[in-house]
Amino acid sequence: MKHPPRSITMSRVQPILSIRNLSKTYAGGFEALKDVSLDIETGEIFALLGPNGAGKTTLISIVCGLVNPTNGTAEVDGYDIIRHYRQTRFRIGLVPQELPVEAFETVFKTVSFSRGLFGKPADPAYVEKVLRSLSLWEKKDDKIIALSGGMKRRVLIAKALAHEPTLLFLDEPTAGVDVELRKDMWNVVESLREEGCTVILTTHYIEEAEQLADRVGVINHGELILVEDKQTLMREMGKKQLFLHLQSELDSVPTGLAGYDLELAADGRELVYTYDTRGERTGITALLADLNGAGIHFNDLRTSQSSLEEIFVDLVHKAEAT
Amino acid sequence: MNFHAVKAIYLFEMARMWRTAVQSLVAPVLSTSLYFVIFGGAIGSRIPEIEGVSYGAFIVPGLIMLSIMTESISNSSFAIYFPRFTGTVFEVLSAPVSYVEVLLGYVGAAATKSVIIGAIIFITANFFVTIEVAHPFIALTFLILTSVSFCLFGFILGVWADGWEKLTIVPILVIMPLSFLGGIFYSIGMLPPLWQNLSLLNPLVYLISGFRWSFYQTADVSVALSLGMTAGFLLACFLVVRWIFKTGYRLRT
Repeated sequence: MKHPPRSITMSRVQPILSIRNLSKTYAGGFEALKDVSLDIETGEIFALLGPNGAGKTTLISIVCGLVNPTNGTAEVDGYDIIRHYRQTRFRIGLVPQELPVEAFETVFKTVSFSRGLFGKPADPAYVEKVLRSLSLWEKKDDKIIALSGGMKRRVLIAKALAHEPTLLFLDEPTAGVDVELRKDMWNVVESLREEGCTVILTTHYIEEAEQLADRVGVINHGELILVEDKQTLMREMGKKQLFLHLQSELDSVPTGLAGYDLELAADGRELVYTYDTRGERTGITALLADLNGAGIHFNDLRTSQSSLEEIFVDLVHKAEAT
Repeated sequence: MNFHAVKAIYLFEMARMWRTAVQSLVAPVLSTSLYFVIFGGAIGSRIPEIEGVSYGAFIVPGLIMLSIMTESISNSSFAIYFPRFTGTVFEVLSAPVSYVEVLLGYVGAAATKSVIIGAIIFITANFFVTIEVAHPFIALTFLILTSVSFCLFGFILGVWADGWEKLTIVPILVIMPLSFLGGIFYSIGMLPPLWQNLSLLNPLVYLISGFRWSFYQTADVSVALSLGMTAGFLLACFLVVRWIFKTGYRLRT
């Protein structure tokens, strides 16, 4: 087969997915995506976060060829998703948000069907490997209608992996599955990363993004409001707080401590100090000395850092306020 | 060409036929056999020969055509509508396949089923009446052309329908009346002149007439015209399907 030329970026390693100025306006006038640009690097796990209707599924659907874009371009491994749809779709695996499966087909046959549909010759050994990795081998001859929701989700992942894609989209992969299965799914994603597969997942479970992702993107009202390395994001936007459990109750924060970002909590039994981890000094040593000087004593302390969920909520609220 | 995809879709659809063998094969054979018993045996025995052919034998090509048309529409419309209904169509739409490959898989399988049903009905008819096929090659050509044309038509119907009612309304309200008025049970020449002329506006007249000619060498219209009309209908359906995939009508938002 003659392959069309890829676009070549000389300056750095070519991203596996490159989206430029992508917009989508549906027939009813709803603007689902607004001028979105994004690069996904090979081998990374990228979590796309956003509330319902933010545009996550539309973005994925355009790249996979299920939705026509209104404007903009997207390239997979240097191939344009429209002009070179064969090359791009051959590289992509998609696990949709819903559970659309052929109810009366067996697990093995439906996974083999997906492999053929995406242009790969039959390979029962590879299908077996995929099914075993997803704990589906024992169910290979079962009809899909007889499987639980969690098992159906696994079948969809197996179908998406059947043609050995290099870019996998997981649209809400653990929606509605129990905790144990969710952990299993995380293990599957981790093993895909080890095999070099790039994974883009959308999720409502911030814990999931926190656990799995290398980078996080936040989308709201069709706009990509932030793309950041997860650790950097949590370090830069995460607040850290020191909680001091007081020996004696306070009515208010003493005026001598007004220079600190302090709040009283737990009916005056707890003092909460918010500080910036990026600064050279946190101010904790000085605060403790000043508390001692003011005769305020504590019998316990703990610290806490903002979760990705709190950061996400902050970002979305800020975006909506502006 | 993604041959693996064509093979996967084709085999998947054929497997669906064997899973529903009673509905797919036995039902049309049973209903057609009833036509033979009632019109060919009971009533037909009291009807004189038409253009030198016994009435029971005369209706065989028309009944085969009726089954081919209805089964082709039913098979292919269901083949694309059901994945749309359940959502599994996303997989085909996101696969590295062209519309031609999708058609080869879906329409190829649906047409194969129709030809199999046509062959079974032909064999069944031999138990009731004596049939000779004067031009087997032309008969097969008509059979395949009609199957593919009506499978394409069914595919269009399956994409257009947004509910089960629409899926069944066209075969019942359009195809069935046109088939019955298209000369399955009679020769157009038996009608008064006005109705003869009106019947010529019915495209199914040409298919049935041409197919019957390949059996008994008697036709209401010329065979060339019949073949031309059948090929024209096939081309029209193909162009509509091409437009559907190009625009994404009811497939892609």
